[in-house]
Amino acid sequence: MNEFAKEKRRQKIKFGIVSILSLCTFFGVWYLCSAVLHLKPDYVLPSPVQVVKAFITKLNTKAPDGATLGGHILASLKVALSGYFLGAIVGIPLGIAMAWFRKVDMFVTPLFDLIRPVPTIAWIPLMILWFGIGLGAKAAIIFVSAFVPCVINAYAGIKQTKPVNLWVAQTFGASRREMLFTVAIPTALPLIFTGLRISLGTAWMTLCAAEMLASNRGLGYMIQLNRTLARADLIVVAMLTIGVIGTIFTVGLDALEKKFVKGGRRR
Amino acid sequence: MEHHGGVTGKNIISLQNVSKTYISEHKTNEVVRDVSLDVQENEFVVLFGPGQCGKTTMINLIAGLQLPTEGKVIVDGKEVTAPGPDRGVVYQTTALFPFCTVMGNVEFGPKSQGMKKEERRKKAQYFIDLVGLTGFEKSFPNRLSGGMRQRVGIARAYANDPKVMLMDEPFGHLDAQTRYMMEEELEKIWEKEKRTVVFVTNNSEEAVYLADRIIILTNTPTHIKHEVRVDLPRPRQYSDPEFLKIRREIEEICDDTL
Repeated sequence: MNEFAKEKRRQKIKFGIVSILSLCTFFGVWYLCSAVLHLKPDYVLPSPVQVVKAFITKLNTKAPDGATLGGHILASLKVALSGYFLGAIVGIPLGIAMAWFRKVDMFVTPLFDLIRPVPTIAWIPLMILWFGIGLGAKAAIIFVSAFVPCVINAYAGIKQTKPVNLWVAQTFGASRREMLFTVAIPTALPLIFTGLRISLGTAWMTLCAAEMLASNRGLGYMIQLNRTLARADLIVVAMLTIGVIGTIFTVGLDALEKKFVKGGRRR
Repeated sequence: MEHHGGVTGKNIISLQNVSKTYISEHKTNEVVRDVSLDVQENEFVVLFGPGQCGKTTMINLIAGLQLPTEGKVIVDGKEVTAPGPDRGVVYQTTALFPFCTVMGNVEFGPKSQGMKKEERRKKAQYFIDLVGLTGFEKSFPNRLSGGMRQRVGIARAYANDPKVMLMDEPFGHLDAQTRYMMEEELEKIWEKEKRTVVFVTNNSEEAVYLADRIIILTNTPTHIKHEVRVDLPRPRQYSDPEFLKIRREIEEICDDTL
């Protein structure tokens, strides 16, 4: 047992070293191409050093795009999270209801099938017409992007429930309602989390697209505006920030899933 | 825990001219034909029949998960119209709730009945101990072996205090070694906690080892071909000549029906 734990730790350390190596290689090649070989001019391909410098100044400078990095992050998070939570809050119960109640399924599925193939980005113009370019329009777009995977996965999750498990609950005298809450939803939980994870990814991606088209603040806006100013260093700062925040989201959701999904993912 | 003592002579399950026909789009499928059967309180009855006969259907009819097309199923004086806590079922496949611990699975029934936490924990613990899973209360089913899962299934059915235990080939998926062990265990548990048991199997050895009475079924449409009483003292020996004789007898009757 102790030997096993040691081996596991050794593997973990190995993994850590290789991960660091991979990041070092990336930054090394980047540094080589930019600062050493100067393959492209600085305003097209900034070196890592320039990006770090830009990052530090951007922390408390509003120029040239009208907000500090923190301001952009906050603006993006506000939009992304409000749209995302709304999508989850509406999407998950709807998916569950569609899978559990035949009438809801019959009524909603045709509509849903019609909406599902429309790319989220295609909603942007209409949303701008309806809600302007403020928080509302973008939150609505994020809502659509988060809503669809939440519905699909909650639906699939409930459908995974084994009839024999429902029979067992029935022989224990459980009502339909109890069967939904004590058997079907717990069965669906791993897939509900899959839906949450996918939709968080798409929400975050869609957000950048939305901000690039219509906005005056946010990380997507920062990328778009700095392109017109030929400030590639700030573009990279924004891109890396998006990457880091996305990673934090994923890690956070994984931790939540570990806490709530018990007994393995396979049902 | 109050059902001690042997067969009382009181009828607890009564199937009266029960038939079951499934009607689908393309064909009608008669699965059970005119079965009448009485099972007495605390009796261990084995339904023995070939592979695809309507054994599971018979279990589901008694459980109330399916209703007969004709005839009546009566359990403890009342006609069966729906599943109920007086009939516990143990299935062949792992029908455990994968998202519940062993404790969570075993206390599921009492919890559905609204029993208080302290009381149902105590009760669940008693049956977990009885099936020999002490120490595994917090394990999830995906961490248990096939035999252990079926023990949980048995404890779970018992914990709901059913009058009748219905077992649908509970050991059908286990390897031979584990199967012998589970048969012995089940008998011990049953000796200690007497219940009326209807047990389905297609294994003649298992049938003779466990049964007070073996009901031999035909292929579909299933009806009762014959019944054999097993009066050997318990626990029985698989190699006992009397045991083997009964085994051969039921196999021959069963073969005739094919």
